[in-house]
Amino acid sequence: MKKIGKSTFFIVLALILLFSASAVIGLDFQKGDNVSPLINGVDDIRLGIDIQGGVDVTFAPSGDYDATEAQLDAATEIIKTRLVSLGINDSEVYSDEKSDRIIVRFPWQAGESNFDPEAAVKELGETAELTFRKGSEYDTDADGKAIPKGDIVIGGKDVKEAEPLTQLNDDGEYEYVVKLTLNDSGKEAFASATAALAGSSTPISIWMDETMISAPSVNEAITGGEAYITGDFTYDSAKSLASKINSGALPFKMETSSFKTISPTMGEGSLDAVLLAALIAFICIAIYMIVLYRLPGVVAVIALTGQIAGSVAVVSGWFGFMNSSTLTIPGIAGIILAAGMGVDANVITGERIKEELRSGKSLDSAIKIAYKKAFSAILDGNVTNIIVAIVLMGAFGVPTSFFSKILNSTIFFAFGATAEGVVYSFGFTLLAGVIFNFIMGVFAARLMVTSLSKFKCFKNRKLYGGDAA
Amino acid sequence: MSKNKNINTPVETAKVRDFCSKTKMIAIIAAVLVTVTIIGTIIRGLNVAIEFKGGTLITYQYTGDIDVNEAKNAISSIVTVPINVRSGESLESDAKELIISFTSEEGLTADKQTELTDALQAKFKDNAIELYDSNDVNPTTGSEFLLKCVVAVIFAAILIILYIAVRFRKIGGWTAGLCSVLALLHDLCAAFAANVLFGFEFNSNTVAVILTILGYSINNTIVIYDRIRENKTLMPKASLKEIINAGCSQSLTRSIRTSITTVGTMVALTIVVIISGYTSLLTFSVPLMVGLISGAYSSLFVAPVTWYAWETKRAAKGKAKKN
Repeated sequence: MKKIGKSTFFIVLALILLFSASAVIGLDFQKGDNVSPLINGVDDIRLGIDIQGGVDVTFAPSGDYDATEAQLDAATEIIKTRLVSLGINDSEVYSDEKSDRIIVRFPWQAGESNFDPEAAVKELGETAELTFRKGSEYDTDADGKAIPKGDIVIGGKDVKEAEPLTQLNDDGEYEYVVKLTLNDSGKEAFASATAALAGSSTPISIWMDETMISAPSVNEAITGGEAYITGDFTYDSAKSLASKINSGALPFKMETSSFKTISPTMGEGSLDAVLLAALIAFICIAIYMIVLYRLPGVVAVIALTGQIAGSVAVVSGWFGFMNSSTLTIPGIAGIILAAGMGVDANVITGERIKEELRSGKSLDSAIKIAYKKAFSAILDGNVTNIIVAIVLMGAFGVPTSFFSKILNSTIFFAFGATAEGVVYSFGFTLLAGVIFNFIMGVFAARLMVTSLSKFKCFKNRKLYGGDAA
Repeated sequence: MSKNKNINTPVETAKVRDFCSKTKMIAIIAAVLVTVTIIGTIIRGLNVAIEFKGGTLITYQYTGDIDVNEAKNAISSIVTVPINVRSGESLESDAKELIISFTSEEGLTADKQTELTDALQAKFKDNAIELYDSNDVNPTTGSEFLLKCVVAVIFAAILIILYIAVRFRKIGGWTAGLCSVLALLHDLCAAFAANVLFGFEFNSNTVAVILTILGYSINNTIVIYDRIRENKTLMPKASLKEIINAGCSQSLTRSIRTSITTVGTMVALTIVVIISGYTSLLTFSVPLMVGLISGAYSSLFVAPVTWYAWETKRAAKGKAKKN
């Protein structure tokens, strides 16, 4: 490691404070009348239905359609997957077999500006049936809706996976497309249909329910089992179409039969109770750590602040590359566990510094050796928690996510690919918290303590819990 | 003291206590814990929440103001299981709504439905309470979810045992890994017993508690193992018993101090929740608190001591074979 000077402490402290402040306050970007968050702060965190309440929507089959039990189950699973795809990690989905209804509850609070519950409900209730059809003809029904006429070539069930991509178009510009990897049945059907239409004037039209996305003409037979959907996509619209296809189509058409707000499971105002308890606990821990470990204790409190800010930042979507997710009680449990391990890392190191000082080592070498010896315990403890977090994220995340793909095809092959946001959010906050534990509780704390020990006024061994020199 | 002590000098600061001879106490505590859990479950029964078991959702519309807790009290004598009452507002008609949910075995009979409606209308005469909707629902996450949770936890446990086996191979990693999982089961049992004894519902908070204890318990045990692993190098001549006793003694202060912060956080939450009346959160804070206390104890006693007993037995067997 490079030599740690006196200035290191101030640099690290400034970085942590800056990070914490921005993670808490956030930063808004104002252009004209539109205020859009540039950096997401605490206010931008979406709280779970258990602590904030939400909306309750009842879906029923359109008309007098009578769904079978299997269809109802399938529809329930698809709606659950769609919820997780929409970033709603926390929901309750009930189905009633007698009336074929599906009741969905998800978090929302009146006045929330960055989330539109009606759009979400619309998306949840969409049939989302993807079809590739011969020709682009359609009839128009009484409501002005299009009813496609062409024979179906392939449908959503023939698709193994959909993903958004950029590709170079004919004009030499990059555009967003959705790439479909077909399964065996789809590969065959698509190959023979494209062979039949190749060179003819009949296009293949691509439909999502009653909306035609595009109708490309076929130049040659496509036998590779891959199909691309083009048509004025932005990144968001390509991604949303891909996740719709991946979630699957509902087995029957549904409409909303009631739509209402619902108070939190834990009771109105329970969030204030949790926050108050967290504040009390944080202050007590801060005093306790400083009394026990003095200077390293102060550093531990700074590191803990940074770590909690890190967890907040991950949930609020502070990092541009990550979407915000809903914070629920299990998510809070993940943060508490990681924070507890952060405190533990500092306790282990603090105790080690004391021990090494008592054995008569010089301040410099005591600090150096203490961090070195403490690290193996901290590493092993945190790695096992990373294992737990990854297994949970894999088991209960969106089926197309990286960890899920690996685990669902091996360990959980006997189970359907169910997405369970509540457990996923625990794994997510735990993983993030543990990573921040390494950054803050180990790396930053070490830099700060070592740097402080260079100051003449902080040379006193008593400040580190040792006996007077 | 000389200043050129090298890094591998053992640090003798803590008074060494004899942890390894506490086998009887450990066995008794474990036996009591298991007995309490089993008997408690039989007597008090297990209240599984509606999201795992299915049940009935009833919506009433009303005018004026109704206190959610009063509504709950009005019907609690009719339904024997825990009831959840939430308030809502229709986004289509602005009508105020009460949403009542509870678990039920075979759906709600028409008689029971009438009984509930009558009780509410009698209690809130001026609020024009009317039945709006009633559904008997399937669990949102049924037995498959719980089973998948169990498989996920077992899979994580296997990976942890593997990890410990590799990282602690110097001190017999396999047995150490298995014993750490034993300590984990001990802690889960303690949290479960607390859940049953307090008559809490088994809900998604409980799942969060179990997972948190999983992480915390393993971390705790590993910190102790780390000290034992270090002592193995520092005290090459010492017996296994001495190494373990020294490791546990050296970690005692750290264990107590860390636990004070984690348990203290849950005590703070419990007190705030009781004072402010959001008692639903108790299903989270109380079992977690019990699990954390058990975790601090089991990492110092259950894991290292059963591991010691196992290793000694194995060594004795090996000796007997040789002769």
